[in-house]
Amino acid sequence: MTAPLLSLDRISLSYGEIDVLRDVSLDVMPGEFVSILGPSGAGKSTIFKLLTGAVAARSGEIRFAGRPLAPTDRPFAFMPQRDALMPWRRIIDNTTLGLEVQGLRRKQAHQRVRPLFEEFGLAGFEQHYPHALSGGMRQRAALLRTVVQDRPVLLIDEPFGALDALTRNQMQIWLEAMWLKHRWTIILITHDVREAVMLSDRIHLLSPRPARVEQTIAVPLPRPRFSHPTARAEAATIETSILDFLLSPQIQEQQGQLP
Amino acid sequence: MRGRMLRNHAFRALPALAAASSLLLAWEIYCRLSGISETTLPAPSQVLQQAWLNRDALWLNTVPTLRATLFGFSLSLVLAFLLSVVIDFSSLMRRALFPIFIASQTLPLVAIAPLVVLWFGFGLLPKILLVALVTFFPMLVALAEGYGSTEREVEDLLASMGASRWKRFWLARLPSALPYFFAGLRISITYAVVAAIFAEYAGAARGLGIYMLNAKNNFRPDLVLAAVLVSSLLTMLLFSATWAVQRMAAPWIDGTSRRRP
Ligand SMILES: Nc1ncnc2c1ncn2[C@@H]1O[C@H](COP(=O)(O)OP(=O)(O)OP(=O)(O)O)[C@@H](O)[C@H]1O
Ligand SMILES: [Mg+2]
Repeated sequence: MTAPLLSLDRISLSYGEIDVLRDVSLDVMPGEFVSILGPSGAGKSTIFKLLTGAVAARSGEIRFAGRPLAPTDRPFAFMPQRDALMPWRRIIDNTTLGLEVQGLRRKQAHQRVRPLFEEFGLAGFEQHYPHALSGGMRQRAALLRTVVQDRPVLLIDEPFGALDALTRNQMQIWLEAMWLKHRWTIILITHDVREAVMLSDRIHLLSPRPARVEQTIAVPLPRPRFSHPTARAEAATIETSILDFLLSPQIQEQQGQLP
Repeated sequence: MRGRMLRNHAFRALPALAAASSLLLAWEIYCRLSGISETTLPAPSQVLQQAWLNRDALWLNTVPTLRATLFGFSLSLVLAFLLSVVIDFSSLMRRALFPIFIASQTLPLVAIAPLVVLWFGFGLLPKILLVALVTFFPMLVALAEGYGSTEREVEDLLASMGASRWKRFWLARLPSALPYFFAGLRISITYAVVAAIFAEYAGAARGLGIYMLNAKNNFRPDLVLAAVLVSSLLTMLLFSATWAVQRMAAPWIDGTSRRRP
């Protein structure tokens, strides 16, 4: 068995009086597609803020590649919950933002991303401004901006939450195909159970706030799952069991109310 | 495409043109029918005629006003930008300076203009200073609010990429402020011309302000109104110029914001 690439060990965090994370422990293997699934307001985005250094934990340890994560380490490329494309930058300049921050010249940065536009379904839109793009295209542009940073781990926060059902499905199929090709290490935040099951190798289920990892579920289904003859049916079974768990009385009780 | 856009603009300007011409027409008819003395209320046709006859003198007096407006406004832009950066980076400076800026806005121009002329003479300098005084604060507020309008996500994203505070300002806060900047520009450019004329009113060798004052003293309301006409045209010209600059410098604003006057 290989060692985890990233592990969070009993992380606790609070915003003033509000306890957000309580003893969160989870790990991510190299090349693994992991989802963090939890109810709204549980503290999912907070985990990413912690990893990117926007907030600090009260206690606990983050280890990356076997060593404690130093504040200056940046092994993560982050895609925020809303796409955060800059309306004043053309799509190609939006996708090179991370490279520019790293100090690359604009021209070199362009050369690096240009070949990827085809694959991301953005060919021909390099010189457009974000407002001229559809929701799905904006998300793909934001994802392109994330992957070209060439970091060991991608942190993707609810990328498809705002899309219509059909587009969301297409994007999931596309993302799985891209992952199969590139084998990035991905942590995906979602509150869509089906999305988590269809895409991930493992799912970390969070409890309602203060969040802890309630259960970790392995999803050993064949890929690509969307076109596989039996994977979809099996996925439905796993989905049902997760939903049953989330809707079970003791979890509901923690939440203090019915959703 | 372009032709259609032009026609669209013309179409949208139609109600404004109709309203303005009816007003002028009513004014003209009133002057002709009531037999009111033209040294009290000249008809629009007479104002136009006199404006044309005195076009050389008007032009001669427009140039200094335009110069004072543009120099004063440029000075105010540079100051507003520099100070907006200072207060964006330092909340201490913000707390120290902002009350002073607000206080500068409470000074009544009527009282201040003659004093500034007294201190700095009849030349260009006092006009520049007065124009800057009037337009500085709206520009500063526009910029400061613009920086503050930066999306939280965008800043978090840049921070995750390892961008320094200065890079975050340059890549996110400054461009986020551009729509606010241009809105502020349109407001203060209209103040700027008025401020320049006011400064000239308080004392000048040449300029639209002093031209109006002399025309009034010579019982020539038609020439006063001719100068008013020129100053309005000047303001409208500068106002349209801000749109042109915006479209060139930040074409993306048109696509993102739906609201337009
Ligand atoms: N800066 C902050 N100050 C105080 N409380 C905060 C702050 N940011 C988040 N919170 C609170 O922390 C909790 C967790 O927020 P977080 O954004 O991590 O939730 P989430 O699981 O990502 O939710 P969603 O699925 O709706 O995005 C929420 O209750 C939120 O109100
Ligand atoms: Mg969130």
